[in-house]
Amino acid sequence: MLADWKRKGDILIVPLKGELDHHQADKVRDFLDRLLEDASIRHLILDLSDLFFMDSSGIGVFIGRYKTISKRGGQVCITNVNTQLHKVLELSGLYRILKKYDTVQHAVDGIRRVSV
Amino acid sequence: MKVKNEMRLEFLSRSQNESFARAAVAAFAAQLDPTLEEITDIKTAVSEAVTNAIIHGYENPNEMVQIITRIYDTYVEIEVIDHGKGIEDIELARQPLYTSKPELERSGMGFTVMETFMDQVEVISAPGQGTKVRMIKYIGNEERETERE
Ligand SMILES: Nc1ncnc2c1ncn2[C@@H]1O[C@H](COP(=O)(O)OP(=O)(O)OP(=O)(O)O)[C@@H](O)[C@H]1O
Ligand SMILES: [Mg+2]
Repeated sequence: MLADWKRKGDILIVPLKGELDHHQADKVRDFLDRLLEDASIRHLILDLSDLFFMDSSGIGVFIGRYKTISKRGGQVCITNVNTQLHKVLELSGLYRILKKYDTVQHAVDGIRRVSV
Repeated sequence: MKVKNEMRLEFLSRSQNESFARAAVAAFAAQLDPTLEEITDIKTAVSEAVTNAIIHGYENPNEMVQIITRIYDTYVEIEVIDHGKGIEDIELARQPLYTSKPELERSGMGFTVMETFMDQVEVISAPGQGTKVRMIKYIGNEERETERE
């Protein structure tokens, strides 16, 4: 579900794939936390292009990683959010802490604009 | 109203069954010819109730979760049942952001998701007896509303 992550300077870009439920959440959480042990990462972009489904388990995962990143003064962005994901994210108030962008490139530009 | 069709499903309280359970209910409910959004709403709500049965109801992977789905003319009724530890204060449990397991990064939004995505949610539960979540979703409402206009 994970694997092909990328670095752009202090930005970590991770594509999430499949379905983010309770079963997958544990794996995603461990994977992200291992990558985030690298203290030179300041911002996180989660690309949701290939994520088809999430439930409240995903909310927990996003909030947890936001806590880590915000301690570093960084931002967490999500990109390519489908309708189902949007509904869950909106309902849970997650857009107050996560920034939504159409594409990964827009998210990178957005982060660079804010934090020069 | 008369039941048009009924399906019962039982599976072990293991997290890998969550995706199977929501897909099975969605496939069964497809008989009512729902929109893609209605199907996704049902999937999400079932995922919440099943996850709750597994992590809060049982807290172990060797018990049975049961789902009963009934199709009526205009709606689908879904019951998710566990015989686990039950809920002491149902009103508190249903409040947005209330969770008894913050250490597991739960957000306390499960019941809120169910209530938002389904038309009716009823919780029947008692400590030591288990929990039944009964949900109803009307299918094809919008169409009928525009017909009436
Ligand atoms: N089947 C169940 N058996 C026992 N307790 C339950 C059950 N379902 C829910 N609860 C209780 O109700 C609370 C609220 O449930 P809800 O699904 O809204 O939030 P959560 O599961 O804690 O977090 P989230 O669903 O956002 O991951 C739970 O924390 C738990 O204490
Ligand atoms: Mg829950």
